[in-house]
Amino acid sequence: MSGALLSAEGLDKTYGRTPALAGVRFSIRAGEVVAVMGPSGSGKSTLLHCLAGIVRPDAGTVRYDGRELTALSDSARSALRRQDFGFVFQFGQLVPELSCLENVALPLRLNGERRKAAEAKARGWLERLEVEDVAGHRPGEVSGGQGQRVAVARALVTAPRVVFADEPTGALDSLNGERVMTLLTDAARETSAAVVLVTHEARVAAYSDREVVVRDGRIRDLAGVA
Amino acid sequence: MSIGHTLLGLLETGPRHGYDLKRAFDERFGHDRPLHYGQVYSTMSRLLKNGLVEVEGVEPGGGPERKRYAITEAGVTDVADWLAQPEKPEPYLQSTLYTKVVLALLTHRSAADILDTQRTEHLRLMRELTRRKQDGDLADQLICDHALFHLDADLRWLELTAARLGRLAEEIGA
Ligand SMILES: Nc1ncnc2c1ncn2[C@@H]1O[C@H](COP(=O)(O)OP(=O)(O)OP(=O)(O)O)[C@@H](O)[C@H]1O
Ligand SMILES: [Mg+2]
Repeated sequence: MSGALLSAEGLDKTYGRTPALAGVRFSIRAGEVVAVMGPSGSGKSTLLHCLAGIVRPDAGTVRYDGRELTALSDSARSALRRQDFGFVFQFGQLVPELSCLENVALPLRLNGERRKAAEAKARGWLERLEVEDVAGHRPGEVSGGQGQRVAVARALVTAPRVVFADEPTGALDSLNGERVMTLLTDAARETSAAVVLVTHEARVAAYSDREVVVRDGRIRDLAGVA
Repeated sequence: MSIGHTLLGLLETGPRHGYDLKRAFDERFGHDRPLHYGQVYSTMSRLLKNGLVEVEGVEPGGGPERKRYAITEAGVTDVADWLAQPEKPEPYLQSTLYTKVVLALLTHRSAADILDTQRTEHLRLMRELTRRKQDGDLADQLICDHALFHLDADLRWLELTAARLGRLAEEIGA
């Protein structure tokens, strides 16, 4: 598809005998928020992991910005992930030994930025996500909602071109979930980042520009439906 | 819910007499409010006039309930169009959607497509409400949230029904 920043064609992935993806096609443009929906076990996370180059598909190709992700070496792929991609997962994503501020600064530090500059940027994102008051706390000392905002800040701090979010509001109540979605999608639209948003919640998916539905490892194609 | 389309859909599974049609409707979709004979006759005469059904034969004894109706080509197209058209998202759609799903199974069309088309329509409205909510004041937010929670409940029902289509088909003998 023309104009796609990230696209996949013919993705297959089988775990043992469990087919997780079968012939999946997907594409997303810069600045677009696409919700990936579908029942539990349908292959949503597997799709996200393949798109992000975390899992190598058994067959098919993933193209990002003119490059074929599936053909890159492991080290080239992880460099790409560090520099161009941001991730928000449902749990266990913050480093427990680091403060929230250090957690948010971490991706910048890994990309070689100096501590001071990295922490200044990190603080800016914590403010934007309305959690600057927990900057000095460890992840174990903040609420689930605060932790999730910190995780969103960390995903956005490198100004990624693609944000991968897997059930980013899974552990949150409605109000916090909505706030996180507003902050995430506003920030992404502002920086023209693409967002791949895995969610089983329609009210979260309603923050997207369009949705795809995965069932039994296949994308149900509703093209043509107004 | 459109009684005309429902009766037409039932006829697509095979010609029936007026009384038989009423019984099939009541059994499958009537629940706590069976059709009156009057409704059946007026609906059938309208469908007849519009060329969506034809009379195949009349049993001795006369009376509209004795007429044997069959669906026409135009009638089949009409059912297909109705099934394919998503309902305007609003609360308490379940009975119409349930009817459509059962008729799709009975007439061997894709019930999953009906559910997915509807889900797309629901999400489209949910997106619009979410956008309105983000641009609006607190009153807008509260009003939109109320609608969003209702639509969300519908969507959960669509999802659950999609997961149970196989069993439903078995139970209704489709
Ligand atoms: N690492 C793995 N090893 C073995 N099987 C796996 C692995 N990851 C996923 N699977 C299987 O692949 C299928 C798809 O899993 P996936 O995690 O993509 O589903 P999902 O749509 O994200 O579900 P959920 O909504 O529950 O998170 C499932 O049957 C799952 O059991
Ligand atoms: Mg998952």
